[in-house]
Amino acid sequence: MAADGHARVAAEGAHGVRHPRLQHHFDDMEQQAEASTLGMWVFLVTEIMFFGGLFMAYLVYRTQMPDAFREASHHLDITLGATNTVILIVSSLTMALAVRSAQTGQPAKTQVGWLVATMVFGAAFLGIKAIEYTEKFRDHIVPGPFFEWHGTYPRGAEMFYSLYFAMTGLHALHMVVGLGIMTVMASLAWRGRFDDTYYTPIEVSGLYWHFVDIVWIFLFPLLYLIGRH
Amino acid sequence: MSQPGAVVVPASHDAHEAHHEELGFWRKYVFSVDHKVIGIQYAITGLLFLLFGFSLMMLMRWQLAYPGAALPLLGRILGEARMPGGTMLPDFYNELGAMHGTIMVFLGVVPLAVGGFGNFVLPLQIGAPDMAFPRLNMLSYWAFFLGGVTMLASFLVPGGAAQSGWTSYAPLSVLAGAGQTMWLIGMVFLITSSLFGAINFITTTIQLRAKGLTFMRFPFFVWAQFVTAFLLLLAFPPLEAAAVLQLMDRLAGTSFFLPSGLVVSGQVLTVAGGGNPILWQHLFWFLAHPEVYVLILPAMGIVAEIIANNTRKPLWGYRSMVYSLIFLGFMSFIVWAHHMFMTGMGTAMAAFFQTTTMIISIPSVVILTALIISLWGGSIRFNTPMLFALGFLPMFGIGGLTGLPLGLNVADIPLHDTYYVIGHFHYVVAPGTIFALFAGIYYWFPKATGRRMNETLGKIHFLGSFVCMNVVFMPMFLMGLAGVSRRLYDGGATYAFAQPVLHLNVVSSWGAWILAIFQIPFIFNFFWSIWKGEKTEENPWQATTIEWASPSPPPHGNFLAAPEAYRGPYEYSVPGAAKDFVPQYEA
Repeated sequence: MAADGHARVAAEGAHGVRHPRLQHHFDDMEQQAEASTLGMWVFLVTEIMFFGGLFMAYLVYRTQMPDAFREASHHLDITLGATNTVILIVSSLTMALAVRSAQTGQPAKTQVGWLVATMVFGAAFLGIKAIEYTEKFRDHIVPGPFFEWHGTYPRGAEMFYSLYFAMTGLHALHMVVGLGIMTVMASLAWRGRFDDTYYTPIEVSGLYWHFVDIVWIFLFPLLYLIGRH
Repeated sequence: MSQPGAVVVPASHDAHEAHHEELGFWRKYVFSVDHKVIGIQYAITGLLFLLFGFSLMMLMRWQLAYPGAALPLLGRILGEARMPGGTMLPDFYNELGAMHGTIMVFLGVVPLAVGGFGNFVLPLQIGAPDMAFPRLNMLSYWAFFLGGVTMLASFLVPGGAAQSGWTSYAPLSVLAGAGQTMWLIGMVFLITSSLFGAINFITTTIQLRAKGLTFMRFPFFVWAQFVTAFLLLLAFPPLEAAAVLQLMDRLAGTSFFLPSGLVVSGQVLTVAGGGNPILWQHLFWFLAHPEVYVLILPAMGIVAEIIANNTRKPLWGYRSMVYSLIFLGFMSFIVWAHHMFMTGMGTAMAAFFQTTTMIISIPSVVILTALIISLWGGSIRFNTPMLFALGFLPMFGIGGLTGLPLGLNVADIPLHDTYYVIGHFHYVVAPGTIFALFAGIYYWFPKATGRRMNETLGKIHFLGSFVCMNVVFMPMFLMGLAGVSRRLYDGGATYAFAQPVLHLNVVSSWGAWILAIFQIPFIFNFFWSIWKGEKTEENPWQATTIEWASPSPPPHGNFLAAPEAYRGPYEYSVPGAAKDFVPQYEA
């Protein structure tokens, strides 16, 4: 196609040779990187609005039954929650280091190492979450016909745990997707796909990972820490 | 979202080589990543769903015009479970109502206006070789397709499709049959599809503009799609969240939208309760009001293109139109509760939302006025696209003006949930948006196929549709003002006060059925013209915008040489110029 020919000329004009990772509908690597980054940011806007809907539900019900929420929150395991918070923050650090190692053209092994570290922390988070969920099932504080509550506000507590499972569940789903993305990134990095001229995929995956972490940073205090002062 | 595209595509050298090879049938027409093929897929699927949704309504119109009468022939085909002896059951009527709305809005108009026209025209108008994320674009179509299949399949589950209206108000929807679960899953697919589309539109518009194409040189259609993409982007995710919560209420035993002490058929429900049904309404309308603008803005964009082209004049007030559009986009996020005046939200809230509603009518009026003034002094060509575009103006005008009383709390209370609302909304969307979509099909058909649609058939289609649309919807205003509620299975026959206006149901129904007959020339024309239509060159309408610089139909990659924009979009009848149009893309 002549249009490609044109783009090709432009790309070659800028860099001498056409970068092998440049897709045909972009003029040059810079435009491609900018488009990918913008696309991810715009996607994250939809995610903010999505979790925004959930936080709105939280806001409505907590305003309606503040005492019940405080009472229900006491049954969450703050140690496990806090541990998970630390784990996620550390995983954000390893993620940032993975991006950095690609940007500075570190060898494939280094990139893969940081990515795998990120995945290990992510998996640890999900493992701890699974332990917490199991405890809730054991104690019958999962919403539905088997819900039991011996405190003052059974109805409000059930609403709190409905929100807890909806919000942390959807967050965990995002973590699972994140682990899938990291698997793809690690296998690409292993094959030497990324270097200092091409690292956009790993960079935008990092944006996603950090976003999922930030959601947890809001979930943790709103679910675990209310009424503990 | 970009990394799959960036990763999975083979090294671009290979991709480049692959261009010259013929793609197989599946890659070329079914799982295509070309924005034009995807646009056409969207458009054809959307048109089929429009026809299907319209058919549902034609069935309902039988029951409304002749309540309880057996429907000849078709009644038997639909079976004993839905229409025993040919007479429609109330549950089936409710299914038809809920699914008519859902299909027309989410599977018909939006896919055609945004997925179809947006995908096909927008990259061409900004001089781009494709969308920024072609694979995401394909994914968007197939998510939409899955959503459509889910919605259709819901008719077959026990208890039938969703019956709680297109708004799916809780708690009714939470307690409804399995069809509602399918509806929610279908919506999650459709929302995902729209979000992928919106991400692509925004990134493409910002990143892949032709050289020289500044924002203020955008054709109005591009602006309309750009603002629409932002509306989808910000409004849809909260509904997705709400859909997940409603799914949990139905499947996981939560009570987000179920209040305590709910009594159904004399029995107290054994659910946890404590939830708030009004929250569903807020989350729903936070999407669904911007959604109304998603339905209308692309239509305005299409009409603006066609009016500028066929008056051979620049659009009057292009800048004020663009600013109005952006202002409209912002305001559309703070008017949603005017759908909820009846929930008893209090006078302070009502005062706020009726004020914002009055304010948002101003930019709509600015755009409509600018379009009407654009006609002044033009040498108008009355071809089929122009007729539909001209038809849009008064129809949208009626739809808009009849909306004002509904936006005022005091006037809304007696009119709420009457046929007046149905008339108002349909004037905006049916003879409004759908006319604009027809105009767009006639206008860009030569670009997509290299052939023109037949003018005589097109004019028959227009005149018939124009008359019938008014016959269908004008009586609804009268019925609504007489106090007849919507969603009544018998069209109001059991109410004494409705008796004087009941005959209007018959008028309306016959209007709908004859309207269907007038779509036959269009369907015939569409297929006939694909193969036998008059061949055209690349710019048959002597238009100025960049899409006309590409061959018809455009090849993969769109343009033979990368286009450049040298001027604004509507340089028609420039004094001293050799021709009566100076294309944007000519130096």
